Amino acid sequence: MPLLEDGRIIDDAWVRVADDAVLPDSPAIVTLARLQREAAQLAGRNAPLGVVLPPDVAPDAIAPFLDRLGLVVLELPKFRDGRAFTQARALREHHGFTGEIRAAGHVIPDQYAALLRCGVSTVAVPEGADPAVWDAARRVVGIAYQASVVPDSPLSLLRRKLEIA
Amino acid sequence: MNAIAPRPAAPIPPHARTYRYDAVDREFLAERIAEFEGQVQRRLAGELTEEEFKPLRLMNGLYLQLHAYMLRIAIPYGVLNAAQLRQLAYIARRWDRGFGHFTTRQNIQFNWTKLEDVPDILRALAAVDMHAIQTSGNCIRNVTTDEYAGASPDEVVDPRIYAEILRQWSTLHPEFTWLPRKFKIAITGAPHDRVALQVHDIGLEAKRNAAGEVGFAVHAGGGLGRTPLIATKLRDFLPEAELLGYLEAILRTYNALGQRDNIYKARIKILVRDLGADFAKAVEEEYARLPRDRYRLDPAIIAAIRQHFAPPPFLALNDTPLPEDPAFRAWAGRSVRAHKRPGYASVTISLKPIGGIPGDASAEQMEAVARLAERFSFGEIRVSHVQNLVLPHVRQEDLAELWDGLREAGLAAPNIGLVSDIIACPGMDYCALATARSIPVAQRISERFADLDRQLDIGECFVNISGCINACGHHHVGHIGILGVDKRGEEVYQVTLGGSATNDAALGELVGPAFSYDDVVDAVETILRTHVAHRLPGERFIDCYRRIGLAPFKEALYAAA
Repeated sequence: MPLLEDGRIIDDAWVRVADDAVLPDSPAIVTLARLQREAAQLAGRNAPLGVVLPPDVAPDAIAPFLDRLGLVVLELPKFRDGRAFTQARALREHHGFTGEIRAAGHVIPDQYAALLRCGVSTVAVPEGADPAVWDAARRVVGIAYQASVVPDSPLSLLRRKLEIA
Repeated sequence: MNAIAPRPAAPIPPHARTYRYDAVDREFLAERIAEFEGQVQRRLAGELTEEEFKPLRLMNGLYLQLHAYMLRIAIPYGVLNAAQLRQLAYIARRWDRGFGHFTTRQNIQFNWTKLEDVPDILRALAAVDMHAIQTSGNCIRNVTTDEYAGASPDEVVDPRIYAEILRQWSTLHPEFTWLPRKFKIAITGAPHDRVALQVHDIGLEAKRNAAGEVGFAVHAGGGLGRTPLIATKLRDFLPEAELLGYLEAILRTYNALGQRDNIYKARIKILVRDLGADFAKAVEEEYARLPRDRYRLDPAIIAAIRQHFAPPPFLALNDTPLPEDPAFRAWAGRSVRAHKRPGYASVTISLKPIGGIPGDASAEQMEAVARLAERFSFGEIRVSHVQNLVLPHVRQEDLAELWDGLREAGLAAPNIGLVSDIIACPGMDYCALATARSIPVAQRISERFADLDRQLDIGECFVNISGCINACGHHHVGHIGILGVDKRGEEVYQVTLGGSATNDAALGELVGPAFSYDDVVDAVETILRTHVAHRLPGERFIDCYRRIGLAPFKEALYAAA
C-alpha cells in the first residue's frame, strides 16, 4: 500500500514479514507474537525492526522493546474504531517513543489531521489514493482547542494554531 | 449554493452572557463548515462511501430520519441570546416548516431540512456564533448544565465557565472523535442537582472546599437507554486545575477498553459496571502517568472565560409583592422562581401547552421570546433539559407585563412541574429508531389533565415518555415513566413509577404488563387517582410512592383484569 507522510506519497522501506519467514537484512515488520517470542534474537539484529500493535493491546506490552523499535504499526480494523488514536498518544506521551508510528487498515482522509495530532507519523493509504485529498483534509481546519502531543503555537484561551508541514 | 443568510438586524444584546466569539473562533467555525462542505462534495462524487460519510454528517448534527434530514443544532449548555434565538426563528421559517423542537439535551432540532441546504444553514448559524458540531456521533456531545446558572440562589459555582471550557476542549478533540459510542457530560454548580448528573457518562458537581477553592465531584458511568445505570463517584473533590487532565484520563480509559463489537454494550456505563473498582483504578493509573503540566487548566484561562459570564448590570432592588390577579398568580406559582439578587426572578416559559407537542416552538414564538428577553432579561434565554425555555433575570416588577407578553404569544401555560409538563422524545412521528409513538401519547395525557385545578391538586409530577428503548424521553427517571415498544406489530406502553433524575436519582420500577396505545392514558389516570387517595396532606407523588410502594398502584391498575 502507498505510504503517506507530510501529505505526500513516499517510498516505503519496510516490509512485513510472516511469522515463519526469515527476516531480511532490511527494515522488517514483525507481529507482536514474534517480537515477544524472539525478543533475544531480534535484539541482536542490525537492520531496523518494526512491530504491528493490535488495537486491543496496550502499548505497555511493547514497552520493553521500544528502544529497539524503529516503527510501530497501528491497525484500524474499521475507520470508526478509534483505539489507535489513544495508542499513538500513549506511545508518544507515556513511553517517549520517537520512531515512526504508522496508521494502517481502514483510515479515511478526514482522520488524517487528528492522527497526526495524536502522534502518528505515516498512514498506509489505499492503492490509488490521491495524496492531494489527504493533504487538503489535514489542512482544512488549522485551529485546535486542546493540547496534543505535537508542538503547536498556543493562542489565547484553549486555542492553538496548528503547524502543518 | 444560495446567498449566505443575512445576519439578523438586531445586534447581540450587550448584556447577554453567552460566550462571545472572537476572530479565532469565527475562523475555526468557517474552516469547520468548509470541511463539511468538502465532505458533502466527496460523498456526491463517490469518493466517500455512505458508510464513511454517515459518521461525518452525524458529527455535524445531520441525521437521516423517517421523512427527511433532521439537523440538530448545538445550544451550548442551553444558553442563548436574543439574536441567536431570532436566527433560529429565521432558519425555521426559511429552511424548515416554521417551527423547531427543543430537546432534553438543551439543543434544537429542525425536522424537515434538505441536505443541499445544510451548508447554508450552517453559515446562517455561524453568523450568530452557533454551530451543529458534535450534536451526534460517537464523540463528546454538547455539555449540559443548570438552566438557572448565574441566577439560582443555591448556586455555589457558576457552571457555565466550566461548561464552556469543556465545550472548547471537546471540540474536534483529536483523540476522542471515534469513541466506542456517544459521550455526554453534565455539570452543575449547585447542591440541588438540576442536570441529572448521575445518569450521564460523566456528571460533574462544581463545589467549593473550606478554603473557598473550586473543585469537582466526578461521577462516571451513569446512563439510561437499554441498560439504565446510576453513575459511580470517582472523585469527591478534584481540584479545578486538574479538570481537563482527569477527564482525559477517563476518556482514554474508555476509548482503549470500551466495547466496540456490540452497540448496546458500548457506552462507558457498561465498562464502569463490568470493571467495578478496576475502572477507577485504571483511570487513576492513566491520570498518574499523564503529563500534568500539558493538561493543567491555567487559572488565566478560567479567568478569561469567567469574564464572558460576568453578572449583567443588575440594579439594587428590593423584593416586590406580586399582583393579586388569580390568573397571574396561578402562572407565577408555577413559572416564577427565586433569584439570587433581591428584586429579580427567573421565569420558566412552558413549551407544553395543553395538547401541544412537548418542546416545539414556532418561529413567531421564538421571536416573541427573543423580544421579551431583550426587554426583560438582558437579552438572555436558556433552554431547560425538560424542554422549556427560561428567562433567567427578570425584575419582579416586570413580571406582570412579561406575563401579558407571553399570553399574547401563547406561551403562558401555567403547568411547570405539573402532570402536563411532559418530556417526550419525537418518537415514531419523526425518528427512524422509534418503535412507538410518543408525541400523541403526551398530547392525550395533557388533554386528559387539561383542568389546571386538577393538575395543581395532583401536585408536582414528572411524566417522561420514550418511543423506544434508547430512552431519549428519559422514561427511567420520570416519576411516571412511559416506554413505547413494538409487540408483534402493535404499539404497547410499559409504565414505571418512582424514577428520579435529581440528587436522589433512582430508576423507576415496572408496574406490570404493558398497556395498549388506547389504554395508557387511563393507566396514568388510575395511577394519579391512587396517589390522590393515598397521599398525606401536601405530599408529592414521588414521596407518596416512596412511602406506600408499588403495591397499591399495581392493585389499582390490574385488579379489574
